[in-house]
Amino acid sequence: MSVTVDARGLSCPQPVLMTINEIKGGSEKEIKVLVDSEASRENVSRAAVSQGCQLVDITQDGEEYTILLARD
Amino acid sequence: MVKNVFATRWGIIGVGAFIGIAAALLQKFGNPGNMGICVACFERDMAGALGFHRAAVVQYMRPEIIGFVLGSLIAALSFKEFRPRSGSAPVVRFVLGMIAMIGALVFLGCPWRAVLRIAGGDWNAVVGLLGLATGIWIGVQFLKNGYTLGRTQPGPKAAGFTLPLIMVGLLALMIIYPFVDGQDKTGVLFYSLKGPGAMHAPLLFSLGIALVIGFIAQRSRFCTMGALRDLILFRQVHLFSGFMALLVFALGTNLILGQFHPGFEGQPVAHTMHIWNFAGMLVAGLAFALAGGCPGRQLFLAGEGDGDAAVFVFGMIAGAAVAHNFGLASSPKGVGPHGIAAVFVGLVICLCIGFFMRRKVQQG
Repeated sequence: MSVTVDARGLSCPQPVLMTINEIKGGSEKEIKVLVDSEASRENVSRAAVSQGCQLVDITQDGEEYTILLARD
Repeated sequence: MVKNVFATRWGIIGVGAFIGIAAALLQKFGNPGNMGICVACFERDMAGALGFHRAAVVQYMRPEIIGFVLGSLIAALSFKEFRPRSGSAPVVRFVLGMIAMIGALVFLGCPWRAVLRIAGGDWNAVVGLLGLATGIWIGVQFLKNGYTLGRTQPGPKAAGFTLPLIMVGLLALMIIYPFVDGQDKTGVLFYSLKGPGAMHAPLLFSLGIALVIGFIAQRSRFCTMGALRDLILFRQVHLFSGFMALLVFALGTNLILGQFHPGFEGQPVAHTMHIWNFAGMLVAGLAFALAGGCPGRQLFLAGEGDGDAAVFVFGMIAGAAVAHNFGLASSPKGVGPHGIAAVFVGLVICLCIGFFMRRKVQQG
């Protein structure tokens, strides 16, 4: 099962905070993070990896990105 | 997706280093002492050039600010990152911009200048930097407790050009009404004949450097507030490494150019009232943290189409006018007649914004 964190339209550092809260507090194996700026994509990816998550995939749809993370 | 070299560790360090060297050079070529670049001071000078305040010593249409916005716009357009957007509590951002400027003018500098002042040996700025970090720390507590200004919405393409086009207009005014020796006004623009406003590097030199900084700062997301915030919030040193590079390279360049004069007393455009250096920057830091970026970052965001960041910039310019018209801004003699009251009022407003702007973020 996966959980989705919708951080679209939110400015720094909220997307990162929401992602880290999910990584620390949630239990789903897979975390999908939706963002709509490159800065957020970079920040979320960087923070998730530093939290020990695996960066599985990033897909772009127009101006939105879906970042797929996997918990070990 | 093209790999963005500026977003790497060495990228952000390179950007910080470039800004540090460029700032020291701008000072060498005419900008005021320890003020090669100061976003707050320069926006204040622009407010003066337009006559929004009439403090005679701080009136100049600073090409650095214009270049930052346009450089960022060029980068955003080149790399398909131009995203017109707005709607995240713009009026609150305007107020935060005003308070940020008022706090910064009690200290006499934005975070960039705080670092540049230290790099020039002005130890008063160490106190200011501690205040900045404390303000950001308070902001982080609000963020941890769900503080948000809400989501932005994508807007029409043209909306994103608003601030960049205003900057083009201001540059045009500067070319139409250039400084004439001994004259404090040309056409509609005010100029300083003495004081920091009369000190400036040549227009094309300032503009050229600022365009490069705007470009690379947009690519790297360089942000001095973010540097301290991410360090406090996530123990993440990415942006902080750029911040440190700015300090180290500005210091090195100052030593080479003979611009390093250590001490507390007699520092350029600075005062020695430690409590108010600390408190002014605390209020500014809190306002930056609540608004999500230092004054430089707000200019770069506005360049890539962020209308809310543009509103913050207008707030800062309005704040500068208020600060000088109401005697809130400091001078080398010390705090202004109402500067202390302004610090308290600004702090209370920021705390209210932090407490009340809370919303449960929808997930799912």
